[in-house]
Amino acid sequence: MEWEPVIGLEIHAQLATSSKIFSGASTAFGAQPNTQACAVDLGLPGVLPVLNREVIRMAASFGLATGSTVSKRSVFARKNYFYPDLPKGYQISQYELPVVQDGELTIELEDGTSKRIGITRAHLEEDAGKSLHEDFHGMTGIDLNRAGTPLLEIVSEPDMRSAKEAVAYMKMIHSLVRYLEISDGNMQEGSFRCDANVSVRPVGRESFGTRAEIKNINSFRFVEQAINYEIERQILLLESGGAVIQETRLFDPDRHETRSMRSKEEANDYRYFPDPDLLPVVLDQEFIDGVAAALPELPAARRQRFVDQYGLSDYDAGVLTASREFAEFFEATAREAGGNGKLAANWVMGEFTAALNKGGIDIADSPVSSGDLGRMLLRIDDGTISGKIAKQVFEAMWNGEGDADRIIEEKGLKQITDPAAIEAVIREVLENSPKQLEQYRGGQEKVFGYFVGQVMKATKGKANPGEVNALLKKMLGS
Amino acid sequence: MQHKTLAELSAGLDSGDYTSEELTTACLERIERLNGPLNCFITVTAEEALAAARAADARRQSGKAGPLTGIPYAHKDIFCTRGVRTSCASRMLDNFISPYDATVTQRLAAAGAVMLGKTNMDEFAMGSSNETSYYGPVRNPWNQDTVPGGSSGGSAAAVAARLVPASTGTDTGGSIRQPASLCGVTGLKPTYGRVSRYGMIAFASSLDQGGPITRTAEDAALLLEAMAGFDERDSTSVDQPVEDYRAGLGNSLKGMKIGLPAEYFDGAVDSGVGDAVEQALEEFRRLGAETVDIRLPHTYLSVPTYYVVAPAECSSNLSRFDGVRFGHRCQDPQDLEDMYKRSRGEGFGAEVKRRIMIGTYALSAGYYDAYYLKAQQARHLIRDDFRQAFEAVDVIMGPTTPTPAFRLGEKVDDPVTMYLSDVYTIAVNLAGLPGLSVPAGFVDGLPVGLHVIGNYFDEARLLNVAHQYQQVSDWHTRVPEGFE
Repeated sequence: MEWEPVIGLEIHAQLATSSKIFSGASTAFGAQPNTQACAVDLGLPGVLPVLNREVIRMAASFGLATGSTVSKRSVFARKNYFYPDLPKGYQISQYELPVVQDGELTIELEDGTSKRIGITRAHLEEDAGKSLHEDFHGMTGIDLNRAGTPLLEIVSEPDMRSAKEAVAYMKMIHSLVRYLEISDGNMQEGSFRCDANVSVRPVGRESFGTRAEIKNINSFRFVEQAINYEIERQILLLESGGAVIQETRLFDPDRHETRSMRSKEEANDYRYFPDPDLLPVVLDQEFIDGVAAALPELPAARRQRFVDQYGLSDYDAGVLTASREFAEFFEATAREAGGNGKLAANWVMGEFTAALNKGGIDIADSPVSSGDLGRMLLRIDDGTISGKIAKQVFEAMWNGEGDADRIIEEKGLKQITDPAAIEAVIREVLENSPKQLEQYRGGQEKVFGYFVGQVMKATKGKANPGEVNALLKKMLGS
Repeated sequence: MQHKTLAELSAGLDSGDYTSEELTTACLERIERLNGPLNCFITVTAEEALAAARAADARRQSGKAGPLTGIPYAHKDIFCTRGVRTSCASRMLDNFISPYDATVTQRLAAAGAVMLGKTNMDEFAMGSSNETSYYGPVRNPWNQDTVPGGSSGGSAAAVAARLVPASTGTDTGGSIRQPASLCGVTGLKPTYGRVSRYGMIAFASSLDQGGPITRTAEDAALLLEAMAGFDERDSTSVDQPVEDYRAGLGNSLKGMKIGLPAEYFDGAVDSGVGDAVEQALEEFRRLGAETVDIRLPHTYLSVPTYYVVAPAECSSNLSRFDGVRFGHRCQDPQDLEDMYKRSRGEGFGAEVKRRIMIGTYALSAGYYDAYYLKAQQARHLIRDDFRQAFEAVDVIMGPTTPTPAFRLGEKVDDPVTMYLSDVYTIAVNLAGLPGLSVPAGFVDGLPVGLHVIGNYFDEARLLNVAHQYQQVSDWHTRVPEGFE
């Protein structure tokens, strides 16, 4: 039987506020345990939450960027369950009335087609703390620094049909929250993670199969692996006559498999009800319009602009706008290179990306700035160096040997464009290659390339290739 | 000194008749001598009180004193007090020394008031008799075989016995007004949102409200002025300026319309209580007020609605008492579940457990719509009753409780009968309105309270009404035998 996977994602994006969602404590990552947990975060008797208004602005900007409805009235509710790192015994979240509802995103697939993925809702909630099971002699340590950190939970429709689509969607959301500057998207620190709901059904069937939820996946690679494993597991189970049970599963990245965490029967009854400590969040149109007016240029618009303004192909514009940092690096490079977008795009997507990947370096930590790269491209543009020599220059810049002009100067890489000098070299090459000259004159025109190579070799690649071609043709023709 | 009102004491401090230190010492001595059988206090903070009194005296000398500077008061043990045990009368918090002050605690300290200690109460404010306290019941100074009411029983009894001139209370379903009524003192529950709930240990967040318990309405005005006000740490507190509650105390009641709901004068009222209330109403008519018969047709929904909403909120509010970060933790837990079960099983008393279970049930999947949601709808009906009533009248009056103080142990095994003793006060919390109980007579030597309900933020009018009544009555000046 042919099976079709059905996937929906719940993405948790930590919002980039400086203080927590319901208290004034700092959200900075990496502090000593429990040093960033105030009385409210600790859930001390008598404390009350006060909403950080900034999270509403951030959620609204996400809603507007995804064509969603930004609710004029949303309500915080309590999700009740016991866990040692959940200080109040309930999590404040949004349940029936979330701040963002009913939006969509378009993802691009590898075959060049695109697909619309529905966004059911995005709601605000507080994160829990962390339970630390090592180093406590059989006991558990609790670190509440993370407790109360604001999260935006973005829930998709079950619109994805493969792990690849799920990854494409997750990358798209990741890019978007960074464009909007509402989340740093740092996956190692857990600022961006997801739960995947996976089920399979026979191709052609309308109704969904029973789903399993894979919790807390924190990398694109793991999302793909976890979903593929889960699809495989469910198909095997069904084909051997078994049934998928509704349950929560955990992905083990070391073993590349998912494991059962708890079944539906063991699931908590969260006893949601509106939090009486917080008033409903009421937004007026003026506020929503203000957020809309302040939205930055979004990936789709920027992509189209790159095509129009720099004459890039749609594909290249898509690659360059996949992340805000990358797009901004490209534009700064192009600006520095006198507006030569095509040249900048080739270099940013080519040598520069290759160097980043090779070194496993984040764009923010690149040893070559957009200014460095752009100024080097100017030297290609004005004929000082050839594209080929530029690769040497780039490598030297990457290794910290200085800026392009200094490297060109110190290494004597300046291109030879003086016709008289090139003619002298050609003459010498021709004199030293009587056999090849005879072959050429005998009609073997491919020997032309040999002469070019010899000239470039003699000039250590510095001769202007166009000039060499033109002069060689002229001299051989005479 | 003990028989002077807060206002009189304030004047005495001003004119130098005595110092706060002398006054505080006298109160502490009286507590030492008389509190034993009453059991009004869970913690007496004598040293801190004397230090605060001396600071208040210094402040008075430097000319920066307000009316409360140097005035001793007793603080319900539900308000967090930094460095002082804040137990909520529960074994769960017997070891809890709060690291922070409640907003009310801060405001009273800023006004220069001197905290003498923390008063006994029903555990987590759940009760109407003060019998659910981990620290034992409080006895009513008027008859020590009877209850003082609850949950602010210690606060009300301490004022009635003249141990303190004033105290704080909290009121979720009548917990200020019912004990004030049963102890013959004046108690005011302000409009929901008037007094900050920050640092006031939550029972039912949408109903809880702190307020003053004093002998006179004038004293309540003084204390409320210091307690009330917007607090940015409480999202449900209302950003509206605090009035000068004393300014209108002397206003005439001529032409004031008093609504008398038929539902508050039915057969459930003890005849002695009914007579006392009728005589008080006659007094108001003599003062120029007019009484108007009104209806609050959804009154019958109050108790059932309350006993869904309050337990539902409490079941969630009390989840934080899990033995992890503070409070009681069982000995040698086997694992996490064992720790939760035994810590909570040992830490909470029977009434608290009962309400957590009722609330958990009411919020459970499949029951939410039938209970919690239905209760919210009923709450709207109750609120609308009052809204309509206040279109026709200025205040609403009736008995605070159907009967005077009942005997210790009489209702402790019959929770529903106990819950019904709050039948007149509960609707006021559900609607978020201000309500006041003022002494209005005695039945068999036990005090009777008159309940005065006002429109939103109409505390000044309630205090005016009570003050005018206290100018023509002397119930509030009576002293229980043995405490003269």
